[in-house]
Amino acid sequence: MEQPFAITLKVESSLANHTGSWRVERPQYVNLMPPCNNACPAGENVQKWLYTAEDGSYEEAWRALIVENPFPAIMGRVCYHPCQTVCSRGQLDEAVGINSVERFLGDLAIEKGWSIPVTAPSTGFKVLIIGAGPTGLSAAYHLRRLGHAVTIRDAADLAGGMMRFGIPKYRLPRNILNAEIARIEDMGVRFQMNRKVDNVQDAIDDGFDAVFLAVGAQIGKRAYIPAGEAARILDAVNVLHDVADGEAPLLGRKVVVYGGGNTAIDVARTAKRLGADEAMIVYRRTREKAPANDTEIQEAIEEGVLMKWLSTVKHADAGVLKIEKMALDEKGFPQPTGEFEELEADSLVLALGQEVDLSLINNLADVEVRDGVVHVDTNMMTGRAGIFAGGDMVPAERTVTTGVGHGKKAARNIDAWLRKEKFEKEPIPKVVEYADLNPWYFSDAPHAVRPRLEGARRASNFDEVVQGLDESTALYEARRCMSCGNCFECDNCFGVCPDNAVIKLGPGKGFEFNLDYCKGCGICVTECPSGSIIMIPEKS
Amino acid sequence: MSTDSVKFYQVGSFAIGNRLLPAAAGSVQSDMERTNALTSGHRACQGCGEALGARYAIDAAMRAADDKVIAVNATGCLEVFSTPYPESSWRIAWLHSLFGNAPAVATGVAAALRAKGRSDIRVIGQGGDGATVDIGFGPLSGMFERNDDVLYICYDNEAYMNTGVQRSGATPAAARTATTQAVGPEPGNVFGQGKNVPRIAMAHEIPYVATATVADLRDLEAKVTRAMEFRGSRYLHILVPCPLGWGSQSCDTVKIARLATQSGLFPVFEAERGEVVSSTPIRQKVQVEEYLKLQSRYSHLFSPKRRDDVIDKLQAAADRNIERYNLMPEGDL
Amino acid sequence: MLKQVEGSRAVAEAVAACRPEVICAYPISPQTHIVEGLSRIVKEGALGNCEFINVESEFAAMSVAIGASATGARTYTATASQGLLYMVEAVYNASGLGLPIVMTVANRAIGAPINIWNDHSDSMSQRDSGWIQIFAETNQEAADLHVQAFRIAEELSLPVMVCMDGFILTHASERVDIPEQEQVDLFLKPYVPRQVLDPANPVSIGAMVGPEAFTEVRYMTHMKTLSALELIPQVAKDFEEIFHRDSGGLIREYHCEGAETVVIALGSVLGTIKDVIDDQREKGVSIGALGIISYRPFPFDAVRKALIHAKRVVIVEKALAVGIGGIVAQDIRRALSGLSIAQYTVIAGLGGRPITKASLDDLFDLAVVDDIRALTFLDLDQELVDAEMKREAGQS
Repeated sequence: MEQPFAITLKVESSLANHTGSWRVERPQYVNLMPPCNNACPAGENVQKWLYTAEDGSYEEAWRALIVENPFPAIMGRVCYHPCQTVCSRGQLDEAVGINSVERFLGDLAIEKGWSIPVTAPSTGFKVLIIGAGPTGLSAAYHLRRLGHAVTIRDAADLAGGMMRFGIPKYRLPRNILNAEIARIEDMGVRFQMNRKVDNVQDAIDDGFDAVFLAVGAQIGKRAYIPAGEAARILDAVNVLHDVADGEAPLLGRKVVVYGGGNTAIDVARTAKRLGADEAMIVYRRTREKAPANDTEIQEAIEEGVLMKWLSTVKHADAGVLKIEKMALDEKGFPQPTGEFEELEADSLVLALGQEVDLSLINNLADVEVRDGVVHVDTNMMTGRAGIFAGGDMVPAERTVTTGVGHGKKAARNIDAWLRKEKFEKEPIPKVVEYADLNPWYFSDAPHAVRPRLEGARRASNFDEVVQGLDESTALYEARRCMSCGNCFECDNCFGVCPDNAVIKLGPGKGFEFNLDYCKGCGICVTECPSGSIIMIPEKS
Repeated sequence: MSTDSVKFYQVGSFAIGNRLLPAAAGSVQSDMERTNALTSGHRACQGCGEALGARYAIDAAMRAADDKVIAVNATGCLEVFSTPYPESSWRIAWLHSLFGNAPAVATGVAAALRAKGRSDIRVIGQGGDGATVDIGFGPLSGMFERNDDVLYICYDNEAYMNTGVQRSGATPAAARTATTQAVGPEPGNVFGQGKNVPRIAMAHEIPYVATATVADLRDLEAKVTRAMEFRGSRYLHILVPCPLGWGSQSCDTVKIARLATQSGLFPVFEAERGEVVSSTPIRQKVQVEEYLKLQSRYSHLFSPKRRDDVIDKLQAAADRNIERYNLMPEGDL
Repeated sequence: MLKQVEGSRAVAEAVAACRPEVICAYPISPQTHIVEGLSRIVKEGALGNCEFINVESEFAAMSVAIGASATGARTYTATASQGLLYMVEAVYNASGLGLPIVMTVANRAIGAPINIWNDHSDSMSQRDSGWIQIFAETNQEAADLHVQAFRIAEELSLPVMVCMDGFILTHASERVDIPEQEQVDLFLKPYVPRQVLDPANPVSIGAMVGPEAFTEVRYMTHMKTLSALELIPQVAKDFEEIFHRDSGGLIREYHCEGAETVVIALGSVLGTIKDVIDDQREKGVSIGALGIISYRPFPFDAVRKALIHAKRVVIVEKALAVGIGGIVAQDIRRALSGLSIAQYTVIAGLGGRPITKASLDDLFDLAVVDDIRALTFLDLDQELVDAEMKREAGQS
């Protein structure tokens, strides 16, 4: 069949016309910083492990998670999830329940007995970690993964630090805590419990190449409160520690806890579980200003803990406290009103902050202390080379997650220092803002609310308060993630290009722009739900 | 603890594809083996809605018809930018005859196929709004009346774009075109009664009529697929924004089509034998201004001074559509 | 098969014997009986695998034909006059795309003023459209030319217009030997398209061709059309072998050899002319007639050869180039350029005015002694036009 000249054309003969020459700017796939990753004190790659979990690859997701944080099951119970506060999904309907999914993965790992092999070759270096709390354990974990020999020394008989002795069982069940610590021990970390270190220098002389100090802030701050002889005043940290040891102190029927932080809430809720008829928080400022996590406050209220805001304890006597009411001035600060009232109380528990026991560094002149905490440089090293510090004993937000993050950062710096290198953190790409996303594409799907025990029922035992998600709801929750700044293969770019200039490489392999034909119209950028494409100027 | 077992797929049906979906449930456009009936190298402007709409529609038709499709194209942007000698960006059997005769030529193709016992090969006639609403209107009506077995697709960019943005019978009220310029006491196109070809198609009582836009691919594909289930005349009217003619940014093409539907100005619905059988509810309602202000063909409504009298009339037209097609059913999100 | 039958019916049956696959037509006098006949034949089921489409206009008719032909179907339509003009855009499109459509033009005058009777102005208006144009002299030839037309069209990949005088031929009942199916099947093989719409082998037909190639496309069509000058006689010869009669070809000479005066015409008027030629020759006048069958392409060489020894030619034309004069006359002038042959153009039969033997006889008497003007209008009511022109002038 002889086709006529010019009138009739072969199919796709237009491929000879490289319309890419029209461009003045071109699209580029990027990986930006999701706000959740950016907010996580432990530096988790939240977006990545959520993405991995979305198709049911839970073990793979868990393994992605524990690259940064060895304690997902613990996190899922005690972390205050700043990731959720900044989660972009929160601006659409509700934040993704990242914390719930993390807990799901952590619990699944324990159930399945997933372990963490150490594949890095032995470096020959020995690192001593003083303090088996979250910071020390995290450092041990990361150093061990890097192939170092790690020894942890702690004064207590069991590892865990504040996770065991500060956080009550109903928030963090002991079997979970033990399982995640045991997994670290199984990696070959040496634990020397009941070994309080009084002198760091001695420890160094034991043959360690580097030391990481993570003893925490275990001493309850003492405020001077005028008290009668028979007044029963206890320290919150000690109360919690004793309860954890199984030696619950007698607090009486009416317990007042003085302070507005998480420790105060923990004690008040514990008091109820110990059988107090009444547990009351007395705090100088308002609920909004109280440093305690608001969810904790809410749960406490649901359990029947009473809240007395804008009040200070002026005098303690046996069975009764004198309380002064405060009022906010024009600047919002509490001022004494001169109005007093009496409160029945069998015991007063002080939860006014915690201090670091600095005795162990007394002999180290070059380790600087400022405002009661140890000063470290950006590489987490103290003034003495080879001695690093982190967690509650350095300036920090005092949470378990922050401690875990410190442990990781310190481990990486110690590793670099041992190899006589400098640890260079990768530059952080731009943090994704909500305006970078195209939320239209996300199905309407509110947060799957994590179920909780009924408040009153909760208060009478130490059963875990917040239940977890099951698989279908965890999956649902993970899939609500908008994958900010990172392609999740929705095929939008592949579909919306009028010039068929996006090449789909295959499931799991992402996409490529066909620059021979891309005219630089930018529809792909506008329609990318996750903001993973940007336009850059064409080089002239 | 109560659980709802609902399969949730993250981006649901709004995105082109979804890595979590089984392949069989995916859209045609997400398939690496899609026909790409209109492939790269064509001379459409950056961000052309018509190029996008044509590939969407024909790829879907090819899948529904087992790759057996012949397309007849009227003169216009689509034809001109896709077949300038020596380059054709079509990958299917394709014929261009004249401006006003695409429906009739398609009828002829269908007749020949029937005579040859090859009615398994399906016929598409396609053209822009000018070719469909104005100059090709007679043949379109003739085709409908005979119920010829053709799926006719109108890519509506609301003016004669290829010849330089002149007004057509589909140009909306108040829009600026080269022959309805933004000057004088009534700038832009006049407020007439419009020419609603989907409704005219419905008046012919042909088996299937539907409207769609390039902003909702799954809906468009579903409609093409549904149309291919029928024999006889079928009409599909697709809104395709034109960055050049509408004075919008090339990256906003899909977004503007979406705003057209979400404002109610372009109702999305289906009809069978003259009766509306479904409409796509508005998901996130916007006022018409959100749509208008992205297009400089309406800029005279905002500057040098706001023409609220005109904007209100446009809003009223949108509201009428919402009511007429039940685009915001009670109790919906 | 011999039948006493209306011309339209003869054509319908001849076309049906060609096994068309798609017939699409819009009714217009005087073509109506052709399409009515075909529609009945198709509806009866006598013609297997044929689709008859009742279109909504002539523009649609040619468009449907284009679509059908491009899909590889043997396609037929018919029109006249206003209908032909209405489809002109598509007429050019069909030839430009090289689609072998066969169309009957039942020649009729073009309005305004509206007039349904016969003249050649419709076909003449399309002489540059790229279609082959062949003119039938009799109903027999009309039927035969359609059969030849499909062959010519499909071999060349060009559309063919078969012109037959409206009413004079279409509505006249004569004895016609309708081509038999077996004969037609021998003569006309199944259509094998040069290009076709086929999903199994897709192509894009109808590209936009710019300045860089347009001339070449036109040139090649020009050359292809010229090649018809060889094809047409060959087809007529093949036709004669199977059907045993002389039909078609480029020209038909009637006593041209040795004739001093040759009368030239197209179509059915040749019948009347030949009768008058006979009478004149009996009186001893040296006169003959030349019928042009293939008007496009114009057989310049054949015409020149037939007329080379004549002293004068009288071109009887059924169409007028307003402000100019004859149309065929211009082609004849070119054919005879360089030869000293007097040319007289006679505009006759416009709007269906009967061309009588008596008028022709008087005309030829004057012509053979060169006593007529270069351009005359046969049977013009001179008195009327003088009076009217004076009246209109007085009014202005």
